[in-house]
Amino acid sequence: MKLLTGNELESGLVIWWTGDGWSHQVEDAADVGEGGEAILAAEEGARRVNAAYLVEAEDGLPIHIKERVRAAGPTVRADLAINPAITVEKG
Amino acid sequence: MYKYDNYDQQMVDDRVAEFKNQVQRRLAGEITEDQFKPLRLMNGLYLQLHAYMLRVAIPYGTLNSEQMKMLGHIARKYDRGYGHFTTRQNIQYNWINLEQCPDLLDDLASVEMHAIQTSGNCIRNISSDQYAGAAADEIADPRPWAELLRQWSSFHPEFAYLPRKFKIAVIAAPEDRAAMRLHDIGIELVEQNGELGARVFVGGGMGRTPMIAPQINPFVKADDLLSYVEACLRVYNRYGRRDNKYKARIKILIHEMGADEYRDQVEAEFAHVKTLGIDPPRAELERITEFFAPPAFSSDAEADLDRSDPDFAVWIDQNVKAHKQDGYAIVNISLKPVDGIPGDASADQIDAMADIALKYSFDELRVTHAQNIVLPHVAKRDLHAVWRALRDAKLADANLDLISDIIACPGLDYCSLANARSIPVAQKIAKRFESLERQRDLGELKLKISGCINACGHHHAGHIGILGVDRKGVENYQLTFGGSGAEDVSIGKIIGPGFDEDGVVDAVEKATDVYKALREDGERFLDTYRRVGVEPFKEAIYAK
Repeated sequence: MKLLTGNELESGLVIWWTGDGWSHQVEDAADVGEGGEAILAAEEGARRVNAAYLVEAEDGLPIHIKERVRAAGPTVRADLAINPAITVEKG
Repeated sequence: MYKYDNYDQQMVDDRVAEFKNQVQRRLAGEITEDQFKPLRLMNGLYLQLHAYMLRVAIPYGTLNSEQMKMLGHIARKYDRGYGHFTTRQNIQYNWINLEQCPDLLDDLASVEMHAIQTSGNCIRNISSDQYAGAAADEIADPRPWAELLRQWSSFHPEFAYLPRKFKIAVIAAPEDRAAMRLHDIGIELVEQNGELGARVFVGGGMGRTPMIAPQINPFVKADDLLSYVEACLRVYNRYGRRDNKYKARIKILIHEMGADEYRDQVEAEFAHVKTLGIDPPRAELERITEFFAPPAFSSDAEADLDRSDPDFAVWIDQNVKAHKQDGYAIVNISLKPVDGIPGDASADQIDAMADIALKYSFDELRVTHAQNIVLPHVAKRDLHAVWRALRDAKLADANLDLISDIIACPGLDYCSLANARSIPVAQKIAKRFESLERQRDLGELKLKISGCINACGHHHAGHIGILGVDRKGVENYQLTFGGSGAEDVSIGKIIGPGFDEDGVVDAVEKATDVYKALREDGERFLDTYRRVGVEPFKEAIYAK
């Protein structure tokens, strides 16, 4: 499973491709399969996302810890968490 | 403190206007991110893990209350109510909106501050001794020289695109409180036969290849210093590698060229540079120096301290240092509370520190490379009032230089370069050693944590250093022992296989147990380690 992520141009906040738009919540993210590069190019061209890239995921969550922290928010500031339910450590 | 002249202010204002236009063009789609990225980085704006991060320059870590207030205002208005003081004596904001950034920079410029040259392959913020102008052991005030270097390096056209970033520190005391020899250029002001000059060290640094700067010149006359530093940079700019980012720092050049050859090259270049008239006329240096004249110290500032409150007494013993002026003291404000984030301060705390400095420290504050704040000139009669005000703001932790006074980079919680989290490890160690009595029994123990090999958390210079690495997608922490950023500078050595987060906390505790068992009178952890070597520590830490 592959997710498309990047940052909002104006705010810089992390966003995830939902299939027809962008969300700050990784649980809204869609599996882009092999079509990610085309979406990425179109969305960056339209300035709807900045510095976008594809990440490997399973069960709807990125596999790599760095991407999980991006999805969860800083783990040391509960008040700034994007989604406190996300476990950064796998398993 | 130095005050901008019209030229300084115009330079900053012009840059803000230029960046405002660049941001508008980016938002309008007239330039791509590839085109915009180097422009925003020149203005200290990074795209980090969660959002844009702005790094604001604090020249040689010195601030007045108005500037500190502005940092609080920015935290409140443009960020999420806090800022992070860094090992470069700067401050970073983690949640900056691109569209608002030019307004933020306008606000900064209104108090003679900016974010220029806080990124990119240029000469970065000049760092210095946080006790400058107050330390009993300094032979001169390093700040006029740091300011001179700031002016010289700001928008220096020849050094805007160096092979790699470049960091300079200036100190003027035998005790090195600025990790001077771990800079690209370290300058120590010294006197020789009654004449002021500088020992110049070049080619130090941390990162993936830590090196201690060798001495390149034992005495450069003060009148020649700027020309000499220019020559040092020119040789680097000419021969430094641009083909490989990881070999581009000056430390690699000097290591490969050899210090003797580099010194010869610098001498030859210096002979030429000296003919160019770069060194300022004495009147200009005196003009700058006047900004750093001692404040109007009072003759009745002395006081018999009432130590009946044990918390106050401990704070005095741990966080307050001797001042060169009778009746005054240097106050260190720890930004390392247990459960806190090293270097972070809320907007309200930043305001409180500004208010206290205005009332009690001649309107001056300093940021330290250990991510703490200093009130440099506090009358002893005011110490109790300062302590109470700090306590009210939750800023009176009495742990300076103890095991919980941890330097930690933002790590994987904020940084896109990091491989592992630093802050949670710092918090767990601080919690484990929460008892101040236990910490004070361990004495000076500088523990530093980096979340990747770039070493922003100065782990190489930690008596105990912790380096977070990515081991097959899992955070892992290597321990190093024996580093120091002080005058007894050394690079820590990895002691063995790494640990998980809880394991590294246990290992640190075992190391302190070994130290307690083996220490001799007056020995710090570092001294005992240097005397007995790593083996007793390894035996305890890796025992099955």
